[in-house]
Amino acid sequence: MASHKLEALQAAIELALGEKVTQSTLALDELTITCKAENLLEVATLLRDHEALAFTQCIDLCGVDYSAYREGLWDGQRYAVVYHLLSLEHNWRLRLRVFAPDDDFPLLPSVVDIWNAANWYEREAFDLYGIVFEGHPDLRRLLTDYGFVGHPFRKDFPVSGHVEMRYDPTQQRVIYQPVTIEPREIVPRIIREEKYGG
Amino acid sequence: MAEIRNYTLNFGPQHPAAHGVLRLVLELDGEVIQRADPHVGLLHRATEKLAETRTFLQTLPYMDRLDYVSMMCNEHAYCLAVEKLTGVDVPIRAQYIRVMFAEITRILNHLLWIGAHALDIGAMTMFLYAFREREDLMDCYEAVSGARMHAAYFRPGGVYRDLPDSMPQYVASKIRNAREIARLNENRQGSLLDFIEDFTNRFPAKVDEYETLLTDNRIWKQRTVGIGVVSPERALNLGFTGPMLRGSGIAWDLRKKQPYDVYDQVDFDVPVGVTGDCYDRYLVRIEEMRQSNRIIKQCIDWLRKNPGPVITDNHKVAPPSRESMKTNMEELIHHFKLFSEGMYVPPGEAYAAVEHPKGEFGIYLVSDGANKPYRLKIRAPGFPHLAALDEMARGHMIADAVAIIGTQDIVFGEIDR
Repeated sequence: MASHKLEALQAAIELALGEKVTQSTLALDELTITCKAENLLEVATLLRDHEALAFTQCIDLCGVDYSAYREGLWDGQRYAVVYHLLSLEHNWRLRLRVFAPDDDFPLLPSVVDIWNAANWYEREAFDLYGIVFEGHPDLRRLLTDYGFVGHPFRKDFPVSGHVEMRYDPTQQRVIYQPVTIEPREIVPRIIREEKYGG
Repeated sequence: MAEIRNYTLNFGPQHPAAHGVLRLVLELDGEVIQRADPHVGLLHRATEKLAETRTFLQTLPYMDRLDYVSMMCNEHAYCLAVEKLTGVDVPIRAQYIRVMFAEITRILNHLLWIGAHALDIGAMTMFLYAFREREDLMDCYEAVSGARMHAAYFRPGGVYRDLPDSMPQYVASKIRNAREIARLNENRQGSLLDFIEDFTNRFPAKVDEYETLLTDNRIWKQRTVGIGVVSPERALNLGFTGPMLRGSGIAWDLRKKQPYDVYDQVDFDVPVGVTGDCYDRYLVRIEEMRQSNRIIKQCIDWLRKNPGPVITDNHKVAPPSRESMKTNMEELIHHFKLFSEGMYVPPGEAYAAVEHPKGEFGIYLVSDGANKPYRLKIRAPGFPHLAALDEMARGHMIADAVAIIGTQDIVFGEIDR
């Protein structure tokens, strides 16, 4: 997308939303805005209904856990929900990021009534990150097993999980037990300083 | 008066029409669906979590396994996202190769879709016809990458290698005599491009063949016309993309509207439906196959005339050639570092979307400057489509649920991820 078009979008958003947008960044031909959780529903409704914006589609919605960002240097709130919006009319995209105010009980208002597509996406974010969406009609787990405990995509959840399932021949049934495998990392995660190696 | 209660039916996860592992809990009033509740996640492999523990290059083959009937299109979105963050330039020849294979993949996907969809509704022959053509396209995959399905051919910065100059040929065996072998190898004498060109010349007639079987078929029409109607407004609000959106009459195609690679250099049309029912979506997809064929032809013409590099020469992102790796110390270090530690992607976030055969396939990549992604979110097109199954199936007969699953082109690899 051409950058002048994005600048026009940035200006239109500032005009329509004003103070409600706490941050607006233009990077890599993409516009990212941030708003407060209490303003989310208002902002979302305006983004969809305002003629100059017309974000009729919610393309994607996902949770992000920032707790391990840059090896723990992150000092903002831990959980965020990122919305990717698309306007067919103006042919532009927008990324909206909202941080959940409480790290221990991440709670955000649900946007299902504004974009129905958010229904399963919010269920997914709840399932994987434990972010609760207030006002969601049917907030059940979506991807994990029936009876699963925990939220697997949080950074403190090990890749190997906590339980494993096997058939036990003496009890003649399938049982759950603590995992017997150790998580191993073949390639370590490294952040190099800038201009490393030229 | 007798009490009338709704009947709950468990459909799948092991049902041939469930397209994999869909468990569908249907609430029925007689044979009419009152509520459909899909239970997904039986194929959940946490690809996004796995990607956080693997380097950027190691994540690439996982993309093939998402939507396992359109492998290269998934890789395409991932490569575009990594390229956006790292800022590498892709050689123009690589872009043409990618577009050509993305369209081959689209045909592969639509062939499987039409085979499975028709089989679900009761037309056995289509499946056999579709797989006959798929075989040739699989051979193209194999010739270029060595694998028939999980190719890992697109790489950040280009494609793994240039198109081969010769096609692999059949050899004589106990079950095939020499004359049969000669017939099979007839169009494999030249390069891969010759083989693909021969395919594009044959293919339109094959599509006509499918249409003779289905388009005016009375049973096919009875099963698809007026089934699963979605209005344009609803389609937008439900997050539909791709043929599902175009079937409802909205001309939206990322290849036209937000072109990536060289889609702005090729000429093609975007088919659009009118009523938004299963039959219109069928017509849209059939026409898409013809248009893809057109794009492939144009790519072949260009690729014949313009040799050149197929992967970027930035060795922080793409490996050096084997030859220079073995003769040049610097390149050896690059090679070693790239495959042991991986590439570093500058901090930031990017969203790259492609027009996948099923809709918009997007990769949202957050990097904190490490050699592994911090967060990778896969926007699978089938996910919102399946979420809308309840709304689409409500009030239809139970047999129509199968037609609706078919028309949504559901693949569980991408929905469960």
